[in-house]
This record gives sequence, C-alpha cells and structure tokens, in this order.
Amino acid sequence: MQQPELIPHLFRTEYRKIIAVLCKRFGFEQIETAEDIASETFMTAAQTWGLQGIPQNPVAWLYTVAKNKASNFLKRQAVYNHKVVKDPAVNEDTSTMPAYEIDLSPQNINDSQLQMMFAICHPAIATEAQIGLSLRILCGFGIEEIADAFLSNKETINKRLFRAKEKLRSENIAIELPELAQIDERLGTVLATLYLLFSEGYYSVSNNKTLRKELCFEAMRLCYMLVENKHTNKPPVNALLSLMCFHASRFEARLDRNGELILYEEQDTSLWDADLISKGGYFLNCSASGNQLSKYHLEAAIAYWNTQKDDTKEKWEAVLQLYNRLLQIEYSPIAALNRTFALSKANGAPEAIIEAEKLQLTNNHFYFTLLGELYTGINNRKAIQHFQQALALAKTNTDKQVIQKKLDKIAH
Amino acid sequence: MKDYLLVYRADYTTIPDRTPEEAAAMTKRWMDWIGSIAAQNKLTDRGQRLAASGKVVKNESTVTNGPYAEIKESIGGYSIIKANSYEEAIVLAKGCPVFTQGGNVEVREISPM
Repeated sequence: MQQPELIPHLFRTEYRKIIAVLCKRFGFEQIETAEDIASETFMTAAQTWGLQGIPQNPVAWLYTVAKNKASNFLKRQAVYNHKVVKDPAVNEDTSTMPAYEIDLSPQNINDSQLQMMFAICHPAIATEAQIGLSLRILCGFGIEEIADAFLSNKETINKRLFRAKEKLRSENIAIELPELAQIDERLGTVLATLYLLFSEGYYSVSNNKTLRKELCFEAMRLCYMLVENKHTNKPPVNALLSLMCFHASRFEARLDRNGELILYEEQDTSLWDADLISKGGYFLNCSASGNQLSKYHLEAAIAYWNTQKDDTKEKWEAVLQLYNRLLQIEYSPIAALNRTFALSKANGAPEAIIEAEKLQLTNNHFYFTLLGELYTGINNRKAIQHFQQALALAKTNTDKQVIQKKLDKIAH
Repeated sequence: MKDYLLVYRADYTTIPDRTPEEAAAMTKRWMDWIGSIAAQNKLTDRGQRLAASGKVVKNESTVTNGPYAEIKESIGGYSIIKANSYEEAIVLAKGCPVFTQGGNVEVREISPM
C-alpha cells in the first residue's frame, strides 16, 4: 500500500485503538487530550513518512509515537500538579517510568475498547449521542463521515459530540466492564446501540453505499468483540450478530449502483452472500442456549427465513408465528405490518385485510401500500385508492417509485 | 387507555381428546388471535395458561380440591389488554378461540390500587 492510501487505512483501524487505550488511561476528564494525541500521531506520521518513507512496521511506529506523546503529557501534568497546584498526593519523584508507560498491547487494546463500549452505551447517555460517540470513538469515523451518514453537517455533529462528552463527564461514567451481575442488563443498552448503528447503515437515507456498508460492518465488528469475550458472550449477543449477518448477506443485492433500493422480490439471489448466510446460521445456533428468548432471537429467525426465497407454506407459517411472538415482546408499526403480510401468505388475503384494517396506521405509507397489495386481485378499485393514499404520504423518491410501479401494474 | 383482564373459562372436562394436529391447530388459533391484539399495540401482558386442577383454601382449616366443585367451568388462562372503554375491550375479546371450545371470556377493567 502506498502512503496516500496507507494513512487513511491505518487511521480507520488504529485510531480507535489508540483513543480507547488513552481514554481508559486518562479518564473522560481528558478525552479531548486523548483525541488530540491520537490525531497528532497521524499528523506526525503523514509529515515524517512523506519525508523519510514508510517505516517497516507502520503500526508499531504509530504506537511508539502515541506512547511518547502520551507519556510526555502525563509527565507535564504531574509536574504541573506538583509544582503549580501543589497537590500533595503527587509523588515528588516524577522520573519513575512505569507511571507514564502506556500499554498498547493487543490485550489492553481489546479490554479498553470493550470497556469503552459499555461506557459510551451507558443508559444515562441519549441514544443519538451514543451512536455519534460510537462512530467517533469506537469506529474511528471522521466528523465529515458521521455528518454524511446522518445527512447532517459538521457543526451539528461537533456540537452533538461535545454535549455527549460533557455528559460522560457530568455523569461520572467509569470506563470499565459492569459487574457480572449487571452485565445482562447493561448489555441490553449496548446491543440496542449496535443494532441502531447497523440499521443506520442498512436503512440509511444516505446514498453513499460504501459508507453505509462500513457502518454495518463496524456494528458487526463491535458485536463480534462481545461474542469473543467470555463475560459478554451471551445468547442475545449471538442472536444479534446472526441477525446482522443474515441482513448483511443481501447488501450487494438490495442496492443498485446508485444506492437505490431494490425490493426483496426483485433481488438477484446470486448476489446474496452465502458465506454471511452460513455465519448467520452459525451464530443463530450459538444463540440457542439458556432460556431467554430476546427480540433479537425472533428477528434473527425471521431474517433466516428471508434467506429462503421460495414461497412455501412452511416459511410463511413460521414467519407469522415469529412475528406474533415478536409483537408480544415489543410492538412496532413495521412489525405489525410485516406480521399482517405474513398472515396474508399463511392464512389468505381476506383474513389479512380484516386484520390490516384494525391497525389504523393511517399516517404510514407502508400501511396503505400493504392494503393496496392485499386488495390487488380482490378489489382493484380499492387497491388503487390505497396505493394513491400511500403515494400521497411517501416522502422519498425511492418509495414513490416503488408505489407507482405497483399502481402501473394494476392499470395494465 | 386502561388495562382490562381477560379471563378465559371453559368446561375442560367435556373437551374431547385432541390429535396432535388438532392441538397444533388450536395453538395456532390462539397465537394468531393474541398476535392480532399485539399488532394493534393493545396487548399489555400475554398472560399464561393455568393448569387444569388447583386447590381452594377456604379458611385456616379447610382446603378443597378446586377450582370450584359447584361450577363445571374452570379458568384456563388469562391475558391483559389495553383499551379505551369496555366496548373496545369487548370487540378485542371477540374472536377468542375459547368460544370454539364452548367457553367464554370474562372482561374486567383493572382498577389500579
């Protein structure tokens, strides 16, 4: 790899490791310093490598520079505390080296990242801030990339991150794994954030396909870290990872070259990633222990059935029952609509129409699209009316095109 | 929105033994029915089934095999739903699979303490 590509590549893989270790060491009080040191390390690399060429082991080089910068900071701070603030707690002898050593071993990097994940996904931090901080600190995304993913601008993202960091400090959140007895409860928030991170990429309004894919794979990477740690390798974590694998397997098939959505029925199944589908199956099996049935288990099982494209009775009956159970755990309009679609496949459209009309999700264009589809072939006049209502409510061009296509199909 | 308790009652002694297929079909009917309520965001608690027999503690010294000797019907299960009024709760209770077993649903508004 040449220098111009090497530094951004290393930034993506190494920045997050350096920042996690430094933050863990300095505490959230000094999170900005940690960010500055990590960023300066890459600036130093860009300058030095440009003049002297790329070192033999670029990663080790970055770690050495980061360590030096961090130790210098700690020494300066100790001197300041001792001489200026006259803090009696500070040892006179500032030359004792171990106090300023920065541990960038794989083990400490991994531990620090996991602890950071729990700190950022703390229930006291607002969801939106958790996502932003995760992208910045756990995934090493640039401010511009985060802004792009949220269709926002750099100022807004900077402000949001600033407030989130203030919150980490004011809530006095520790960078550590929760106690074993609390892990299940705290994992709930972590998993919810990872799932949102994944969905942000999967369903994002941004047309930047590469960026969207990276968001998804980052969420999967973080989830995999949880699977690898024996304390956090719990059934719902495996279920979530399974769900992500199944969804991600359709990544290439569900977006066209312009980043526009291709509907499930129209996808080219040869583009489905068989490797990810089999990984999804593997983690789904791993999730089947214990007696806890999380919503991720149910969603992963539904996602499994979605990798089976054939319209069998067995498939739709299974999907219907999974949605019945999912809705008992957590209601969402989209689950209610999908349940009704599965009902039409399993029990027939007439029953599904009666059920659909009970939902009354009258400000949701998917609701009218579903009714339009259920009425197609039964009462086309009503189907057209519903599709037209859906068209009036749809906001994005993609949604409008999809509905228009269905309307055209009835007309001909 | 208020919570309403649905109590499912039937005379379980008269229900003929079912084949596994019939039992599966009955389970599906229950699941589809409760799923329909959940899809309307009107399910508070799916509730549970109750075992066929039980005990009734009448006072310090008297315990009988229950539920109730005087009536044939017994409680088979319960759920808690959300509704704005009794009328709405009754509409939700209609279609309950217990009717196909000759049973009934008692609808009671929950009045929080």
